[in-house]
Amino acid sequence: MSYFCGSYPIIEKKALAGQIYSYTLLCPQIAENAHIGQFVQIKAEGYMLRRPISICQTDKEKGTLRLVFEVRGGGTDKISQLGAGDMMDIIAPLGHGFTLSDAPNGKVIVVGGGIGVPPMLDIAKKYGENCTAILGFRSFDRIILDKDYFATGARTVLCTDDGSVGIKGTLAAPLKEELKSGAAAVYACGPVPMLKAAAEEARLAGVPCEVSLEQRMGCGVGACVVCACTVIRDGKKQVLRVCKDGPVFKGDEVVF
Amino acid sequence: MSRPDISVDICGVRLKNPVIAASGTYGFGEEYTDLYPLERLGGISCKGTTLQPKDGNIPPRIAETPSGILNSVGLQNPGVEHFIKTDLPRLKKQDVAVIANIAGAGIEDYAETAARLDETDVDIIEVNISCPNVKQGGATWGVTCAGAESVTKAVRNATKKPIMIKLTPNVTDITEIARAVEAQGADAVSLINTLLGMRIDINTRRPILHNNVGGLSGPAVFPVAVRMVWQVHNAIKLPIVGMGGISSAADAVEMMLAGASAVQIGTAIFNDPYVPIKVSQGIERYLSDNGIAKVSDIVGQVRPWE
Ligand SMILES: Cc1cc2nc3c(=O)[nH]c(=O)nc-3n(C[C@H](O)[C@H](O)[C@H](O)COP(=O)(O)OP(=O)(O)OC[C@H]3O[C@@H](n4cnc5c(N)ncnc54)[C@H](O)[C@@H]3O)c2cc1C
Ligand SMILES: Cc1cc2nc3c(=O)[nH]c(=O)nc-3n(C[C@H](O)[C@H](O)[C@H](O)COP(=O)(O)O)c2cc1C
Ligand code: FES
Repeated sequence: MSYFCGSYPIIEKKALAGQIYSYTLLCPQIAENAHIGQFVQIKAEGYMLRRPISICQTDKEKGTLRLVFEVRGGGTDKISQLGAGDMMDIIAPLGHGFTLSDAPNGKVIVVGGGIGVPPMLDIAKKYGENCTAILGFRSFDRIILDKDYFATGARTVLCTDDGSVGIKGTLAAPLKEELKSGAAAVYACGPVPMLKAAAEEARLAGVPCEVSLEQRMGCGVGACVVCACTVIRDGKKQVLRVCKDGPVFKGDEVVF
Repeated sequence: MSRPDISVDICGVRLKNPVIAASGTYGFGEEYTDLYPLERLGGISCKGTTLQPKDGNIPPRIAETPSGILNSVGLQNPGVEHFIKTDLPRLKKQDVAVIANIAGAGIEDYAETAARLDETDVDIIEVNISCPNVKQGGATWGVTCAGAESVTKAVRNATKKPIMIKLTPNVTDITEIARAVEAQGADAVSLINTLLGMRIDINTRRPILHNNVGGLSGPAVFPVAVRMVWQVHNAIKLPIVGMGGISSAADAVEMMLAGASAVQIGTAIFNDPYVPIKVSQGIERYLSDNGIAKVSDIVGQVRPWE
C-alpha cells in the first residue's frame, strides 16, 4: 500500500442532486494503486485540515478517480468551487478498503445511505448481476447515482425516508428480506444507525459484513491518532485509527 | 560561497538540519515514508509515551479553528516497552536524531519511563509537563514552578540522557518556569505546547471535542510562540527548540532569530506533508541569500527596539 500527494487535473465536474458534486481527476499512479473503499484527503484552500472523501470510482485503464461529495461546511464549499481544468490537491489512496473476493460464494449485498452511496458503486460494478444494491435517501430530490447503479447490472433497490420513491423507511427491512435468500457478504456505508442495523442484520443471518466508518481526521495517514474508533479484535478491546486501520472494519468488531 | 552549514547541536546531539517533526503529529516516523525518507528530517520527536499503554480520549478528538486546530488525543500510545522493542530499533537504523517524548500522571511514572529509556539509545528525552497531575486534582505539572521542578528533578535523577523539558504556554510568566527547570538540571527546553481552547457547535450546543476542551496549535499560535521563545531566550542559557505554528521557512527563521536553536513542526504537516523538507531547504536558501555561513549564526539575532 503506498500513497501519493500532489495536484491533479480535474477532467470533469458534474452537479448531482442538491449540493452534491461529482469530480473526475486524472491521476494514473493513484488510480493504479487504489482499492475499493479507500479515500482521499483533499486540500481546501484557506483551511488547515484536508477533507476526507471516499473514492467513488477508479478507472485503472484511463487512470482516473471519481469523487462524489456533498457541501456541508466551509471546506467542502471551497473545494466545490474548483472546476474542470483546475487542479485538485490530494493525498491518496488512503486507508484499508473492502475485502472483496473474486469468486464470492453467493450474491453480495451493498447497503448505502445518503452520501454513503457513492463509495459502494465500484462494488456493484465488480459483481454486476451477482449484487443487490440497497440505496437509501432522504427524499426523491436527494437521489444520486441511481442510473450509475442500474448500469452496473446490479439489482438496485431504492428507499426514501419519506416514501417519495421506492420503499418507505430505513434500509433494515429490505436488507432483512434480501438476506433471507442468503448472501456471501454485506458491505455498508452511511450514517452510524444504518451501519449498526446492517451489521446486526448480517450477524443474525450469519453473513460476513464490512462497514465503512467516518471520524474527524488530522493527518489522514495514521500518524496523529486523532481518528480513534474502538473495536473488539481477537477478544481484546483496541482503539484503532479510522484513517489507517479503516475506514472499513468488520461489522461485528466495531463498538458503535 | 560554499553551501551554508545547516546542521545544529542540541545538548551534544548533532542534527543535520534544524527541522524536527513535533511530538504527536508524526507518530513514530513510519507514516510519511511513502512520500520521503525520514532521514530528510533533522530529528523526530516521537508520539508522547507513557509507562503503561493508554487508550486516549473518546472522539471527536479534533476541531478546526481559524488558522489552526484543537486536539484532545489524550496521549493514546502503546506504552514505553512497545516503543523500546518495536519502534526504537527501526528508528535507530536511520540517520535521524530520535527524541523520545514522555508523559506521566505521577512523578513516579515520569521517573520510571525515563529510567527505561536511559538504557536505550534514544538521543534525547523530551519531557511533556503539560499533563495533569492526577494527585493534585488534575492541574497541569507545568503551570507551577514547584510542579515543573519536581518533574525535572525526578527525570534528571533517573537518566544521564540529555533531557529537554517541554514547556506549556498556559502560564502567566513562562520565564519563571524556564528558570526553574534550568536550575533542576535540564539540558534544553522546547516550547510551546498547545494553548487550551474550546469550540462549540451552535446547532447542537455541544462542544466539538468530546473532551470539551483541547489544545490549540497551528499558525494561529505562531506569534505567541515567537514571543515566548524570545522571552525564554532572554531568561536562561539552555538551548531552545522552538515550535508552535511554523508552516514555512520564513516562520522557522523568525523562530530562530527569536532564540530557537532548532524548530519542531507539527500541525502544518497535516495540511502539507512536505512542509518539513520545504522548511529545511528554505532555511538554507535564506542563509545563502544573506551570505550567512551557518544556521547557528542567526540564533537569537533579533535586533529588538531599545
Ligand atoms: C473516510 C471518510 C470518507 C468520507 N467520504 C465522503 C464522501 O465520499 N462524500 C461526502 O460527501 N462526504 C464524505 N465524508 C464526510 C466528509 O469528510 C465531511 O462531510 C467533510 O469533511 C465536511 O467538511 P466541511 O468543510 O464541509 O464541514 P465543516 O463542518 O466545516 O468541517 C469542519 C471539520 O470537521 C470535519 N468533519 C465534519 N464532518 C465530518 C464527517 N462527517 N466526517 C469526518 N470529518 C468531518 C471536517 O473534515 C473538518 O475538519 C467522508 C468522511 C470520512 C471520514
Ligand atoms: C494531534 C496532536 C497531538 C499532539 N501530541 C503531543 C504529545 O503527545 N506530546 C507532546 O509533547 N506534544 C504533543 N502535541 C503538541 C505538539 O508537539 C506541538 O507542541 C504543538 O502542536 C505546537 O506546534 P504546531 O503548531 O507546529 O503543531 C500534539 C499536537 C497535536 C496537534
Ligand atoms: S487522522 Fe491522523 S491517525 Fe487518523
